[in-house]
Amino acid sequence: MSALAPATYTAQTETDVGRLHVVVVGHVDHGKSTFVGRLLHDTESLPEGKIEQVKKACAAEGMDFEYAFLLDALLEEQEQNITIDTTRIFFRTKKRNYAIIDAPGHREFLKNMVTGAASASAALLVIDAQEGVMDQSRRHAVLLSLLGVKQLVVLVNKMDLVKHDAATFQRIETEYTAFLASLGLKAARFIPIAARHGDNVVTRSQVMAWYKGPTVAEALDDLVHVDNVAGLPLRMPVSDIYRFDHRRIIAGRVESGSLRPGEPLVFLPGGRSTTVRAFEDWPITKRDVVPTGASAGFTLEEQIFVERGQIAAHPSHAPRVGREFRARIFWLGREPLALGRSYRLRLGTQDVPAFVSRIHSITDADTLAATQGDSVPKDAVADIVLRTAAPIAYDLHHECPVTGRFAIEDGERIAGGGIITEEVSSSQTNGKGRVTPAERIARHGHGPAILWFTGLSGSGKSTLSESVERRLFDSGKHVLRVDGDELRSSLSRDLGFTPEARAESVRRAAAVAGLFADTGAIVLVTLIAPLAADREKSRRALARHAFLEVFVDAPLAVCESRDPKGLYAKVRRGEIREFTGISSPYEAPQDPEVHVRTDQVDLAAATEQVLAAIDAAVREPREDWEV
Amino acid sequence: MPWSMGKDSNVLIWLARKAFAGKVPFPLLHIDTTYEFPEMYTFREWATKEHELDLLIRINQDAIDRGVSYATHDPVTVTHELKTLALRAALDEYKWDALITGIRRDEDPTRAKERHFSPRSAEGVWDYKDQPPEFWGQFASRPPAGGHVRVQPLLEWTELDIWEYIRREAIPIPTLYYARDGKRFRSLGCHPITHPVPSEADTIDKVIDELRLTRTSERSGRAQDHHERNAMQKLRAKGFM
Ligand SMILES: Nc1nc2c(ncn2[C@@H]2O[C@H](COP(=O)(O)OP(=O)(O)OP(=O)(O)O)[C@@H](O)[C@H]2O)c(=O)[nH]1
Ligand SMILES: [Mg+2]
Repeated sequence: MSALAPATYTAQTETDVGRLHVVVVGHVDHGKSTFVGRLLHDTESLPEGKIEQVKKACAAEGMDFEYAFLLDALLEEQEQNITIDTTRIFFRTKKRNYAIIDAPGHREFLKNMVTGAASASAALLVIDAQEGVMDQSRRHAVLLSLLGVKQLVVLVNKMDLVKHDAATFQRIETEYTAFLASLGLKAARFIPIAARHGDNVVTRSQVMAWYKGPTVAEALDDLVHVDNVAGLPLRMPVSDIYRFDHRRIIAGRVESGSLRPGEPLVFLPGGRSTTVRAFEDWPITKRDVVPTGASAGFTLEEQIFVERGQIAAHPSHAPRVGREFRARIFWLGREPLALGRSYRLRLGTQDVPAFVSRIHSITDADTLAATQGDSVPKDAVADIVLRTAAPIAYDLHHECPVTGRFAIEDGERIAGGGIITEEVSSSQTNGKGRVTPAERIARHGHGPAILWFTGLSGSGKSTLSESVERRLFDSGKHVLRVDGDELRSSLSRDLGFTPEARAESVRRAAAVAGLFADTGAIVLVTLIAPLAADREKSRRALARHAFLEVFVDAPLAVCESRDPKGLYAKVRRGEIREFTGISSPYEAPQDPEVHVRTDQVDLAAATEQVLAAIDAAVREPREDWEV
Repeated sequence: MPWSMGKDSNVLIWLARKAFAGKVPFPLLHIDTTYEFPEMYTFREWATKEHELDLLIRINQDAIDRGVSYATHDPVTVTHELKTLALRAALDEYKWDALITGIRRDEDPTRAKERHFSPRSAEGVWDYKDQPPEFWGQFASRPPAGGHVRVQPLLEWTELDIWEYIRREAIPIPTLYYARDGKRFRSLGCHPITHPVPSEADTIDKVIDELRLTRTSERSGRAQDHHERNAMQKLRAKGFM
């Protein structure tokens, strides 16, 4: 063991703002946790008595003490002498604060390694001098390159096991440098260490006098913050819209660029623009600018339609909007990522159904061998084309990384991620034969649905359906209203108000709605349709589409007091006979998909209620999309 | 959002008000062990009004009636009964999708392994051996069937970060954190098992200076953590925060 003379790391002289995140990766058992434990120990960053406490616990259990136990806190980890999940510890040198992320090396826990590495600005890659470069040594480097971690320092560990031999160290350096180069990576340096004994961790090793470079602690202080996003365009994904009082506040975090009042903003996808009126900060402070990384709540000059998921940008530097792009992805899912299957794509606050329309190549992250196939297995990386159900706003990763990367969810679980490399121009389909419903869904980005608004005259069917139509239209949906009264002056001009005529009028409205839904539209039917049996018949006739009965409900007295068309007054004066709710029956729906009490909630809330139901009904695209 | 009235939970309230234009738009839950320091109850009354909180208070009365107390039981058992079980009962009652907690990675080695969005099963169990990945601001935000998600915004903060933020924003906290007669509390829990540490830091500046130099751990004054090996892991796997 070498003579150690620990430096005192208590008072910081020169402070570097912001904590530098450094992840420690490498093959299983190569000594990552031991290294981190030793680093903490030798920089005197451990709480008083911690080492003694862990040593005592080990002795009581009859186990040998390991520096790794300072990190591997779970019982299962200590028993198997393995790291299962990442640990983050904080420590500081004279120069700056660090978060050191100890990642697991076992292949089974690759998702945990990714979790740890994704937030890092730099990586320490540990390689066992005796075992040499192993499969996770390579796989981790591949993932680092995808995650955008470019600052690397390689630690060749357990030098004591190879008699501190310089030639062994150089052999590993040569081999691994070549491998990194094939990924476009370059290590800042290679350092020979013996983590367990502390050689070249904080204290210069006496036994490896042939090594002239810095210790790991010194090399850490040479790293720089590379999460520098200066010069990038404004990207603020909208996380929510608040309506706590008279204000309508748009909330989100500025992921790149900066935001100022008075500036024009465009919200994509959707494309409406206006200017920022003011920041609505609490406690009231005066901010002239919201910089990258900060959150903002602000009001707009004009009340344009804005929703969660949209990206706010300056119109002159707007992100791309589209439904298809090429990406390099890593896949961690239990099930392989399969061509044509439906997933969810999450980018910023956007969350849309998507599927893989093409797999260009699959790369084994160990051997770097590229193959072709219909599915991407766990732990592989691949070059694919993704197609989303609705247009999304995005950037190419090399243009703006924060909005050029995404996660893929498989059955409610994040199972992969990727970076966008290229735009794919929305190719028109060149299928053969009849146009299929799946092709229509793919073109519109959503499936059809029929909403049947039923309720008494004056209950608010038209008002509500118009408001829903506006919202759907503004968010790029293919939507149309079919109004019962209007049909009576055209298609059903020949019909009266006998029970038979009313039934026929309902049947025709349903048939028209069905045709429009066949084109792929979301159809909003407004029709009193007083008899449950007639409505049930329509539902059955339209079974090929998602069908939602929306009961627009208000007590008769309320409807009568509203009387928008003056019909109730006419009834009371005896000018109309056979009036639903008064002289002819209205059979209220027993089990509607949506029940809106227009006497209890306002139009905005009622609209949200209907939109939520539509969202749930048309959300999941078919598994059989063929595009 | 559970609220212990401690420093981290008060920072959370502050962050919530900042995030939601001055208003905390969700209910707060105080799991009252009945062993709180008297000053904490006074602070609770005051802060509820100050922040206009919608406060729910829950006590595991059944356990107290069964005679569970620090006088007769070990701290791990009492903590489990009076905190974890009371929290579970509230979850069963309200069926919340998410709990926003103020835990931090630097407090304890098992918390160091936590995620920002950490799913809990219907039984409230933390499956620490198979945690979901999280990266690039994408989290496991969908609650598992019957369960909930712990949302932990302060995970990356250190004890020093908390204090510097309290100073910068002038966030109200209980005065028990400041030294009186040569002692102060670094972490607050039930009074029979929470011990003050020697300290002369009677102002926030002095607290911050003290923390820059200290090498004792924050929760050293909390007895339940040290009761047996991996006591925190066992408590936390069962739903303790
Ligand atoms: N001889 C020798 N053994 C070492 C050295 N560093 C670590 N070890 C031993 O290598 C074994 C594995 O160390 P860990 O630190 O647990 O390895 P790891 O890379 O964290 O493993 P995972 O996290 O499970 O991938 C332990 O028994 C250590 O004591 C070293 O410098 N020399
Ligand atoms: Mg390890």
